[in-house]
Amino acid sequence: MKALFSELRPAIVGTLVLAGVTCGAYPLLVTGIAQTAFKNQAAGSLITDKDGKVIGSGLLGQNFAADHYFHPRPSAAGAGYDAASSSGSNLGPTSQKLNDAINERIAAYRTKNGLAADATVPADAVTASGSGLDPHISVKNAELQTARVAKARSLSVEEVTELIASNTTKPDLGILGETGVNVLKLNLALDALK
Amino acid sequence: MHSTDWLQFALFLGLLTLITKPLGLYLMQVLDANGRTWLDPILKPFEKLTYKLLGVDPQREQGWKPYTFAMLAFSLVGVVFTYTILRLQDVLPWNPQGLPALSHHLAFNTAVSFTTNTNWQSYGGESTLSYFSQMVGLTFHNFVSAATGIAIAAALVRGIARSSVKTLGNFWVDLTRTTYYLLLPLCAVFAIFLVSQGVIQNFDAYTKAATLEGTEQVIAQGPMASQVAIKMLGTNGGGFANANAAHPFENPTPLSNFIQMLSIFAIGSGLTYYLGRMVKNQAHGWAVWAAMMMLFVGGVLVCAHFEAAGNPTHQQLGIAAADGNMEGKEVRFGIFNSSLFATITTAASCGAVNSMHDSFTAIGGLVPLFMIELGEVVIGGVGAGLYGMLVFVILAVFIAGLMVGRTPEYLGKKIQAKEVKLAMLTLLVLTASILGFTAWASVSDWGLAGLNNSGPHGFSEMLYAYSSATGNNGSAFAGLTANTPMYNTTLAFAMLIGRFLMIVPIMALAGSLAGKQASPPSAGTFPVNGATFTFLLIGTVLLIGALNFLPALALGPIVEHFLTGQG
Repeated sequence: MKALFSELRPAIVGTLVLAGVTCGAYPLLVTGIAQTAFKNQAAGSLITDKDGKVIGSGLLGQNFAADHYFHPRPSAAGAGYDAASSSGSNLGPTSQKLNDAINERIAAYRTKNGLAADATVPADAVTASGSGLDPHISVKNAELQTARVAKARSLSVEEVTELIASNTTKPDLGILGETGVNVLKLNLALDALK
Repeated sequence: MHSTDWLQFALFLGLLTLITKPLGLYLMQVLDANGRTWLDPILKPFEKLTYKLLGVDPQREQGWKPYTFAMLAFSLVGVVFTYTILRLQDVLPWNPQGLPALSHHLAFNTAVSFTTNTNWQSYGGESTLSYFSQMVGLTFHNFVSAATGIAIAAALVRGIARSSVKTLGNFWVDLTRTTYYLLLPLCAVFAIFLVSQGVIQNFDAYTKAATLEGTEQVIAQGPMASQVAIKMLGTNGGGFANANAAHPFENPTPLSNFIQMLSIFAIGSGLTYYLGRMVKNQAHGWAVWAAMMMLFVGGVLVCAHFEAAGNPTHQQLGIAAADGNMEGKEVRFGIFNSSLFATITTAASCGAVNSMHDSFTAIGGLVPLFMIELGEVVIGGVGAGLYGMLVFVILAVFIAGLMVGRTPEYLGKKIQAKEVKLAMLTLLVLTASILGFTAWASVSDWGLAGLNNSGPHGFSEMLYAYSSATGNNGSAFAGLTANTPMYNTTLAFAMLIGRFLMIVPIMALAGSLAGKQASPPSAGTFPVNGATFTFLLIGTVLLIGALNFLPALALGPIVEHFLTGQG
């Protein structure tokens, strides 16, 4: 025990010194550089309207239910896209609850987008993401919603398809990750058309 | 797997191989009290000042006992430090959301969790912790628990490399030098890169956004990038936000994801090179590395295969079969990068997640669970992976010795009853903790009350929790509601057992090896490099892992696999 106590002084002083460096100097240095060099990213890549009011973040999804908007993936974050309570569903592969939810979402997706009763639907359209804040949907999912959105906005399918293409994120460096359509940015672009 | 998946996998393995030697050489300098680095002009004065404040003579080395006592005393103070901060959260600064103090059991669990490099989280970050708690209470441990792990690994390697001596280095020097010369500079660069990709770094109150459809979205903020950098590089894994690296703020792009995955393995991989250099047998370092990599590649391929195949039950409902299992996964990462990340984070004892393991297919989820149960020796936690693997090396050498009927030798040192007993002790303690606690929880009301899923998957949630805690991993089948007095307390003890009842015998082993005299290799010496040794090592790891955990796995993921198949 005596040997343990003799190390207590360096242990206590070491905790204070290293805390000062790793929790004081280090994050403040990073914050300083980040706020100078990457101000927008450091603040959450926020998107504002013309009056300067924040309408969301380019990195985070948000709820959309109206026909004239593209719909995001189902979300398990709070009541849906709660950006102060990120979460997945954490339901497992044999969960009846998940099974029922997917079943319902598939039926709703087919009805909403005028698909045949036996049409397969993209997985991302009826499953919750890991964060509950996924900003993207798959290209296939966006394509299947195009006719509905075009009709609700009295636009041609081509016009909407063009916007999908310009709001699609390609894999980084050409090979990393997957292609996805940013739903908020796409819907903003649609609103900007009028 | 698609062709782009193979390409990304090859790129990952290629880059990891490339950085192993330079990092190993840099570690040689960092872990030498008189080593020189290019950062000396800036950091040397701070290093000297630190020793002065601590009252430590950097040239005085410690034997295994004082070294261990120093580590224990430092960890004890660390637990008290963080516990106090979490209990006083409501009166401490940088709490713009006015979040209340944590309960005593949650504060205890969290303090132990971060001290032991586990980063198990019974809470959701953005809804529970203030910026001060995150930045001071937790980030502190992200640095020093990583540095502690590396220090212990260095002490063990010195024990193997030296002969007929009593000392293994100085804990305070290893701790300080690792933090200053290795972790801080790497993290500073890494954190800035992360911000460039979109990771947030601010002290603002949560932003209120008015969405396009006219509702309010509250967006959590905070000093995230500085914490994410060390959580990855130090294989801590504790997310700033509840969704961890699946959260678009913590991991915004496939590029940030790729570099995060690489950073989890970076130091652990470099340490195998350090081992080879130190024992003057570089082929041994690479042989250990190769064994790790083969286990890793196997894990990734199995996991990715089953995630890509998807869930037959859900496909019968109408989900496109080609899309795989997307529940709990992000579109920007897709199937492959989610499977790859899951295997990396559990092979190393990181525990950050970019997809929810709880929602993986049965076998896809078995892979991360089994990776933890193998002892996280596939690269493993920084330091912890190497000293864990060296235990298996000693056992492999022992088994080889038994087979040829000679006294086993490891790099010229006789492996005798004492060493084998200590090695076995570390493995048995881990197994007893994982299986014992899981058994207790699964027959208790408090255990069953926390489940989010029923049947075999519920059992898997408990098995995963105690495997993760004991293995100091920190990832979860996160459906489990673990923020209860019993779960918080039992998990905290599992973490303490997994960290310290592992380290103490390993330090005794290091002390014992350091005192032995090395004899030159003879014709009968079993070589610890080359393919035979690598496969023997893989066999030892798999055999022990399988014997210990197959029965439990059969009750969880394996049963579930057959249930899913039936639809």
